[in-house]
Amino acid sequence: MADLKAGAAASRRPRPLSPHLQIYRLTLTMAMSIVHRITGGALYVGTLLMAWWLISAASGPNAYATFEAFIGSFVGRVILFGYTWALLHHMLGGIRHLIWDTLHGFEPAEREWLTLASLIGSIALTLVVWVIGYIALGGPR
Amino acid sequence: MNAPHDMRTPARRVRGLGPARSGTADFWHQRLTGFAGVFLSIALIVIVLSMLGRSHAAAVQILGSPIVAVIMLLFILTSVYHMWIGMQEIILDYVHDDKYKFLSLMLNTFFCVAVGLASAFAILKLSFGV
Repeated sequence: MADLKAGAAASRRPRPLSPHLQIYRLTLTMAMSIVHRITGGALYVGTLLMAWWLISAASGPNAYATFEAFIGSFVGRVILFGYTWALLHHMLGGIRHLIWDTLHGFEPAEREWLTLASLIGSIALTLVVWVIGYIALGGPR
Repeated sequence: MNAPHDMRTPARRVRGLGPARSGTADFWHQRLTGFAGVFLSIALIVIVLSMLGRSHAAAVQILGSPIVAVIMLLFILTSVYHMWIGMQEIILDYVHDDKYKFLSLMLNTFFCVAVGLASAFAILKLSFGV
């Protein structure tokens, strides 16, 4: 009986918690892990933009013109630029995770290099895509 | 669960509760859709670039052509499933209250199904309408 009471008391004691983000020094891999989740969330919301684009095209010229006016505006371009970067960063981060899933690239130098490459690569690819886009449009307007 | 008059040992209480033998399905499907998503995302960027500055008629023709339509449908289905798993993971990480957890899990499913169906319907309408 004494044992039972002791057990019940022990179960009410607050359980130990594992340390969370604020306990650790911020590292690049940690920051990019957080950014991977944030870009994923942004792309989640961004699918509304894709749905609007496709539905407006299916609805007719007027609806498509409304969408084009929005996406061509300053705010629209900023959102689309952010969407491009989020997509490419999430893609490169995903490739990094696929490499890690094969148990490769875990050495200290390798994982830092991979993480930095995904960050620089995503920014570079975003700029390349937008330069191609502006060339396709015949220069900035 | 841990009632004071429960005479069973901790091992007896958890025996038979798991595993469900399907715990890695989401993990695997997230890799599967992610891998496909790499190629489909590049294809999406190429398609969008090819449509910049074009008229509505040209946009309809491009989106409705069989190859582009199939690639777009694959992108939509893959990304909607990928983001459904991803958002579910985020919800399970941060939302601990059962009420809000199940509500947000439901909303996640509704959102992903609605966005996916609307986008896919638009592509099919464009494709069959040409």
